Amino acid sequence: MTGSEPMTGTAQAEGDGAAALRVEDLAVVGHPSNVRIISGVSLTLRRGHILGLVGESGSGKTTLGLSLLAHCKRGTEVADGAIEVSGTPLTGLDEARVRRLRGRAVAYIPQSPASALNPALRLRTQLIEALHEWDEQERGPRADRVREVLREVALPDDDAFLSRYPHQLSGGQQQRVAIAMAFAGYPDVIVMDEPTTGLDVTTQAHVLATIRSMTRDYGIAGVYISHDMAVVADLADDIAVMFKGEVVERGAAARVLAEPEHPYTRRLLRAVPLLRTEGHPEPGEPDAEPVLRISGLQAGYGRTTVLHDIELEVQRGECVALLGESGSGKTTLSRSVAGLHTQFSGEMLFDGAPLAHSSYRRTADQRRRVQYIFQNPYEALNPRKRVRDLILAPYTHLAGRPRDPDAVVANALERAALPAEYAARFPEQLSGGERQRVSIARAISTGPELLICDEITSALDVSVQAEIVELLRNLQDEGMALLFVTHNIALVSNIAQKVAVLNKGEIVEYGHVGEVMARPRHEYTRALIADTPDFELSLPDEARTADTQLPEAAGQ
Amino acid sequence: MLRLILYRLFYGLLTLFVVSLVVFAATQALPSDPAQAILGREAADPARLEALRRELNLDQPLALQYWSWLSGVLVLDFGTSLSGGMPVSELLGPRIQASLSLMLITAVIAAPIAMAIGAFAALRRDRRFDHSSSMVTLVLAAVPEFAVGIVAILLLSTGGLKLLPAVYAGSSTEVLSNPDQLVLPVLTLAIAVSPPIIRMMRASMIEVLESEYVQQARLKGLPERTVIWRHAAPNAIGPVAQVIALQLGWLAGGVVAIEFLFNFPGIGKALMDAIEARNLPVIQAVTLLIAAVYVLVNLVADVVGLAANPKVRVSSR
Repeated sequence: MTGSEPMTGTAQAEGDGAAALRVEDLAVVGHPSNVRIISGVSLTLRRGHILGLVGESGSGKTTLGLSLLAHCKRGTEVADGAIEVSGTPLTGLDEARVRRLRGRAVAYIPQSPASALNPALRLRTQLIEALHEWDEQERGPRADRVREVLREVALPDDDAFLSRYPHQLSGGQQQRVAIAMAFAGYPDVIVMDEPTTGLDVTTQAHVLATIRSMTRDYGIAGVYISHDMAVVADLADDIAVMFKGEVVERGAAARVLAEPEHPYTRRLLRAVPLLRTEGHPEPGEPDAEPVLRISGLQAGYGRTTVLHDIELEVQRGECVALLGESGSGKTTLSRSVAGLHTQFSGEMLFDGAPLAHSSYRRTADQRRRVQYIFQNPYEALNPRKRVRDLILAPYTHLAGRPRDPDAVVANALERAALPAEYAARFPEQLSGGERQRVSIARAISTGPELLICDEITSALDVSVQAEIVELLRNLQDEGMALLFVTHNIALVSNIAQKVAVLNKGEIVEYGHVGEVMARPRHEYTRALIADTPDFELSLPDEARTADTQLPEAAGQ
Repeated sequence: MLRLILYRLFYGLLTLFVVSLVVFAATQALPSDPAQAILGREAADPARLEALRRELNLDQPLALQYWSWLSGVLVLDFGTSLSGGMPVSELLGPRIQASLSLMLITAVIAAPIAMAIGAFAALRRDRRFDHSSSMVTLVLAAVPEFAVGIVAILLLSTGGLKLLPAVYAGSSTEVLSNPDQLVLPVLTLAIAVSPPIIRMMRASMIEVLESEYVQQARLKGLPERTVIWRHAAPNAIGPVAQVIALQLGWLAGGVVAIEFLFNFPGIGKALMDAIEARNLPVIQAVTLLIAAVYVLVNLVADVVGLAANPKVRVSSR
């Protein structure tokens, strides 16, 4: 074990200029179909630098990331090319030698620490394991190093904390433990696979700051895998864009962001919602009677109250964004409006008439006029029904049997910007974005006046997200009112006229989007805006709206 | 956690109470009159029959009969055997010990081996060992246990190799002093209980091996041994514990056929004899006992399952 020790030493002696990671012409194939998952990938990365590896789902970025640790998922293998970490080739090594390099030459920070930390083992065990090649004679006890690295990621280092199990930590703490685990052994390269995807913006900002400072301080070469251009723009020195298993563009971050060469890069950049816009112009003077008026609403589960004293109004043709982090009560509020959550008190008026708590008690007409779109399009559509039946079922139930069912389906699909022939398809024959369009088509087929969208873009790639937002904007122009629930502050300014910021069950700020974004009054809103990564887009603005209409390239 | 155990214990007792009702009702429905069974040929005399019935409280209403039986059971007095006049508890005592020894030996041998085979099949997934073990377990699971026993006797005792005694000879008090006589019954029971344990362990282990924390353990560069024994196995055992419990519970009833086959002097054999002789107190006691073992084993499995999950273990400390 100590025999391979000098290797780390020499790499450090070579100094900052040396490439810590070199990938040449790498290809990974899947068995037995022989599909090339990634091919012809070449990268170099210096110590202290972070490479942002950007791409949408299915682009092969995780496969590439794992191959940097000489790990291939079941049924895949490296077919071609070479990987070098600090001068040591990783390809072609036997298992025992790869094992010794892991954790010390190259380490990994997983996407979801909740499932990557072993639920049955204490943190102490899992952290000390990361130091399996640690020389206690030379570098002191492992336990001391564990405490040191915990302090560096701003976690407690006492015995009580080390004796905890992963489930006793918050999501942010779990991710810090995973970061500490990766940095503990002073690796040369760290691969980070979307480590902030499951986190709130505030937590994300802290975690990103930790990653940034530790990579610099340790002189580690970091590979940051992400689909989120804004995060990468904030963090990375270099950017490599992956598309269908190939790196289509690679260069310094500033250059790639300012002058993207490849059309796909441009498309990705344009799809990122901008944080600060002036919001949308008001659709004229508000009507006398709002579509939805909520006053003095309290809601809870059992004896716990999760929403306090909610006041909210939605006008016709207006989009009100409900912004909040997980646990803020935003989904409870939207479910109460839809009649799915019945434990609430207070007044809820729809078009001047009170809404019953349970949707069972509401009239068919009220139910027809309030429709709900769910977060995850992969779970919201019955996999055994064709699109046509999915759209017709609620229509028949709420509006009666149509005289011309085909016309109803065709009309709904057209408004959701889907071709009419999709009526015959099953959900599994559709991409994520198309599925969400079907959900939208299903909801708007009955001609609702209020559409509740519960985080409907969070399961989708950025470019698809931009298309869905565009579609919702068009629906709004037709006079539909939207209640848009989201945790993504950047989306708010792209779709909504008004925003209500929810924090711990209370609306802490409510007003026009432009106003709130430019001059946030509440401390919490200010923190949210400050923590959201943002970058200035230098592309010409007129291309922006035109390009987002392109058909989905990656999802099909 | 303690509260959870007490909670389960309460439900176990409730189950036993319901079982006692069913057992009592079922024995009442048996088409025979115990008094007639005892007197045999002498039952022709209606006066003696009537006298015996009064003595056995058979003339009282059913609810009262049930109550007097149950209140006896609560202080472990299961009544008197109709043949021989011995107290049931005294009659069954050594037999319970004999059966329990048989079951425990089977469990101690079968459970670890079955788990090891299942785990190994998971590690060799889609390779030859996995395919052959899954084939064999499927076949063994489909064959009834007495057929396995007969084949075992034919192969190892009377037919092919004359290694072991075919049937048990001896009393129920000296079971452990005749180990060679135990081999065939234990082997048969082990083969009968193992297949589901093997299959469950394989499935559970495969799921755990595919999990992200096992991938993370590998990416940390841990030796495969540590990955499997420290990271994978403890998480795979939880669901298997339930299956083992179900199998051991089955064992309590499954011994009946096997004990009969090998003429083994345990509770199963006692039950068969009692049914033949319409010996109601013994039938009631044995069925209740089997049910109690079933409930107890499941309770233990629940506790093991909970203990394997730190979420439960820590939060309710």
